[in-house]
Amino acid sequence: MQRGTFLTFIVLLLPLLGAALAPLLTRWAGGKAGWLLAIVPSLVFLHFLGMLGMVSEGQPITGGFDWIPSLGVRFSWLLDGLSLTFALLISGIGTLILIYAGGYLDGHPQQGRFFSFILLFMGAMLGLVVSDSFLMLFVFWELTSITSFLLIGFDHEREASRRAALQALLVTGLGGLSLLAGLLVVTQATGFNDLSTLLGSGDALRSSPLYMAAFVLVLGGAFTKSAQFPFHFWLPNAMEAPTPVSAYLHSATMVKAGVYLLMRLNPVMGDTAAWETVLPLFGGTTLLVGTLLAVRQTDLKLMLAYTTVASLGLLVMLTGFGSELAVEAAVLYLIAHSLFKGALFMVAGLLDHETGTRDVTALGGLRKAMPITFAAALLAALSMGGLPLFFGFLAKEEIYAALGFGNGWAALATLVAVAGNSLMFAVAFAVALKPFIGAERKTPKQAHEGPVSLWLGPLVLALAGLLAGLASGWVHAGFSSPMASAVAGRAVEVTISTVPHIGMALLLSAVTVGLGIAAYLSLGTLRGGMAALLTTIGWGPDRGFDQFVRGMLHASVGVTRIVQNGRMDTYMTVTFVCVAAVLLVPMILFGEFPAVPVFPDLQLHEWAIILMAVIGIGAVVYAKSRLVAIVSLGIQGLAVALLFMLFGAPDLSFTQFMIETLSVVILALVMTRLRLALSDHRPLGQKLFDMSVAGLCGAGFGLLLLKVTQQPFNDALSQFFNAYSRTIAHGRNVVNVIIVDFRGFDTLGEIAVVMITGLAILALIRIRAKPDAGKAKEIGR
Amino acid sequence: MRTLIFRTAAPFITALMLLLSVFVLLRGHNDPGGGFIGGLIAVAAFAVQGIAFGVPVVRRAIYFHPMAIAGSGLLLAALSGVLSYAFAVPYLSGLWSAPSLFGVTVDVSTVLFFDIGVYLVVVGGITSIALSLEEREDG
Repeated sequence: MQRGTFLTFIVLLLPLLGAALAPLLTRWAGGKAGWLLAIVPSLVFLHFLGMLGMVSEGQPITGGFDWIPSLGVRFSWLLDGLSLTFALLISGIGTLILIYAGGYLDGHPQQGRFFSFILLFMGAMLGLVVSDSFLMLFVFWELTSITSFLLIGFDHEREASRRAALQALLVTGLGGLSLLAGLLVVTQATGFNDLSTLLGSGDALRSSPLYMAAFVLVLGGAFTKSAQFPFHFWLPNAMEAPTPVSAYLHSATMVKAGVYLLMRLNPVMGDTAAWETVLPLFGGTTLLVGTLLAVRQTDLKLMLAYTTVASLGLLVMLTGFGSELAVEAAVLYLIAHSLFKGALFMVAGLLDHETGTRDVTALGGLRKAMPITFAAALLAALSMGGLPLFFGFLAKEEIYAALGFGNGWAALATLVAVAGNSLMFAVAFAVALKPFIGAERKTPKQAHEGPVSLWLGPLVLALAGLLAGLASGWVHAGFSSPMASAVAGRAVEVTISTVPHIGMALLLSAVTVGLGIAAYLSLGTLRGGMAALLTTIGWGPDRGFDQFVRGMLHASVGVTRIVQNGRMDTYMTVTFVCVAAVLLVPMILFGEFPAVPVFPDLQLHEWAIILMAVIGIGAVVYAKSRLVAIVSLGIQGLAVALLFMLFGAPDLSFTQFMIETLSVVILALVMTRLRLALSDHRPLGQKLFDMSVAGLCGAGFGLLLLKVTQQPFNDALSQFFNAYSRTIAHGRNVVNVIIVDFRGFDTLGEIAVVMITGLAILALIRIRAKPDAGKAKEIGR
Repeated sequence: MRTLIFRTAAPFITALMLLLSVFVLLRGHNDPGGGFIGGLIAVAAFAVQGIAFGVPVVRRAIYFHPMAIAGSGLLLAALSGVLSYAFAVPYLSGLWSAPSLFGVTVDVSTVLFFDIGVYLVVVGGITSIALSLEEREDG
C-alpha cells in the first residue's frame, strides 16, 4: 500500500518532470522528441491501467500525503471509475498527441517550449481528475486554465492568438474563482474538505440551507470551463492554438473538466429540482446553439469546435437529467466523444498541414492522395454520426433510451437531442467526407499523405472507437459501468451492445441519420441561412466580452486618475491625514488619553541635548532654504541619538547616528534631483493647513508613546533574552543576538525587503533618466 | 564640495571608515555593532568617496554592481541557514564551532555568515541608491 501510494505520487509528477526535460530533448532530437516524450504519458497510462482491475470491482483507490497539516489540507487522490477513466483518457490521448505534435510542429523554432507547455497541462489535468481534497482540486483546476492560456497564446506574435488566450483565461479564471467560492461554501455547509468524505455523506449538502449558493457557484465554474451557453464563445476562439492543442485540450480533455465536476458532484448535489432544471436547460440550449453555429462555419477546426460546444451541452443535459439511464448515456457519450473528436481534430490538422488550407469549400478529392487519413476520418465520423458497430452508436442509443417520451419535459429533451445529433451527423461528414470525395481541388500545397507521426494518432483513436463498439461487453465491465456507478453514486451496470434491438431508440436513431443525411446534402443552404440570421442578430457574447473588457478598462483608468493623480504633495497629505486620524480618533472616541506625566529631574548635560533638538526643529521650521532645513533635521536626529546613548542603548544610538548621516546625504541628493525650488513658496493657507496636519501627527505620536510607556511592562521576553543570549547563542550583545539568531528569520525577511526596495528605487531613478518619455514626466512630477 | 582639503582627506576617511565597518561587523556579537550598523558605516564611506571624486571612481573601486553585492549577501544569509538541515535542527539555528588557527581559538558560526550577509545587503542596497542619486547630480 505504501509503495503503491508513493508510486502514484511519482506518476502524477512524471508529466511535470517531462515538461522540464522537453526543451533540452527537443534541442537534441528535434521533432523526433515527440516519440521520446510520448513515453512519459504512456508510463502514466500503464500505471493507471494496472489499477483498472481493482477499481472496476468497485473498490476506489485512495492515497496521499499531508500537505499543510496545520490547516488540515492534504495532497490526496481518489481513483474510482470516474477519475480512472478520465486519467486513462488524458494519458492515452496525451501519448498520441505528443507523437502527433512532434510531426505537426516539426522544425518549429519553439517546439521544445510547446512540448513543455503541453506536458505541464497534462500534469495539471491529471491532478485535477484524481484530486480528493478541495484545495488540490482548485489548484489543479487553475493550473489547467493557466496552461491552456499558454497553449492558446503559443503563437504569441499574432494578435488573434493573444486575444483568444486572454479571453479563455479571463472566462475560465472567473469561473475558477466561482468554483473556489463554491467549494468553500460546500465546506462551510458540510464541514468536509475532501471529495471522498463528501461523497459518502448522503444528503448532507442537499439538505443544507447553503445548497443553492454552493450550487450556483459550482455551476459558475463548471459552465465556464465546459463552454456552456452563454460562456461558449471562448472555445471556438481558442482554435487559434496549434491543432494538437485543439485536439487535446479543447475537445478531449480540459473542456470536459466542467462535465467531470458536475458528474463528480452528482451523487451529493444532483437529484434536486434545481439541478434537474438548470442543467438540462443550459445543456440543451448549448447543444442547439453549438450545432447551429457549427453549420455556419467553413473552417474545419471551427466546425469541430462548435460541435464540441454542442457535445458538452449534451453531456451537461444528460448529467442533469437525473435517471440512471441518462447517467449511463452521458458516460458512454463522453468516452465516445473523446475518441472521435480527438481523431477528427487531428485529421483537420493533418489536412491543414499537408494541403495548406482547412477551408472545407476549398478541399476535395483527397482520397487518392491521403488514403490513410481518409480511413481515419471516415471511421471517426461514423462513430460521431452514431452508426451501428461504433461506440458512438451505443452512446446514441442509450441517450434516446434514457430521454424517451415519458413526459413533456423528456419529449422536449428528446427533440433537442435528435435535432442536435442530426446536425452533428451532417458536420461530421462534412469534415470527414467532403474533403476526400468529388473532383480534386487545387490547394496551396501539393497534397500527399503525412508522415506516420501525423496519421498514427487519428487512426488509433478512430479504430479504438470501432473496437470499443465491437467489444462493448469488455469496455462496459472495465470503464462504463464503474464510471456510471461513480457518477450515479450507486452500483449501475451498463449492458447496451451493438446487437440491434428493435424499439423506440433504434427508430429515433434512424430518424437522426435520415435528418443528418438531409442536412449534409443541403449544408450550403443551411450555412447561408445561418449566416443571414447571425448578421441580423449582429450581437453575440463574443462581442459582448470585448465591450465588457473595454468598459472595465475605462472604469479602471477613471478610478486610477482619481486615486493616483501623480502629485506627490497630495499623496503626502493623504498619508499624514490618515496617520493623524488613526492615532487620534480612537484615543478621542474611547477617551484613552495618557495621564499627565511627572516631569523628570534633568541634569545640565541632558538639558543641553534637549535644547539642541529643539533648536534643530526650530531651524527646520524657520529655515529659508531647503538644504538648511534638511541639515537642521539631521541635528535634531543626532541629539536624539545622544539621548539613546545616555540612557543605555548604544546599538540603537549607533544606528541612529548612521541613519541620520545618510538621511541628510540622501535627502539632499533627492532634493537636487527633483529640482525643487531652493525656498518654499506655498501660499499662507496651504502653510497653515500643512502645519496643522504636522502638529496633529506629532501630537498623536507623542500621546501614543506616553500612553504606551504608562502601560505595565511585561519583561518576560527581555528576561528570556538576557538569560539565554550568553548560554545558548554565544553572544553578550543581546540586541545583535536577537537580530541574527533568535529572530534570524525576521531579519532574513527584512534584508530581502531592503534589497527589493533598493531595486525599486533604482528602477524609478532609471525611468526618470529618460526625459523624452512622456510617461516618465508623469511619474516624476 | 570638492575642496583640496576634502579631496586629500577623503581617501583616508574612506579607508578608515571601511576598516571600522568591518570591525564593527565582527565584534557585533558581543559588543555594540553588527551587520546593519557596519553596513551603514560602509555606505557612508562610499558616499564620502563619491562626493569627493565622483561616482565613476567609486563604481570602479567597488568593481561589482552594488545590487550584485546585495544579492550575494541575501543569498549568503539564506544559505547560512541551510546547514541546519544537516544537523536536523530548525532552519537558521545557530551552529557553532571553535577551530584552532595557529594556536588561536577562533569562534566560527553560521550566525557570523548570516551577519555578513546582512552587512552585504545593506552595503549593496543603500550604496546603489546613493550612487544613482549622486550620478544624476553629476549628469
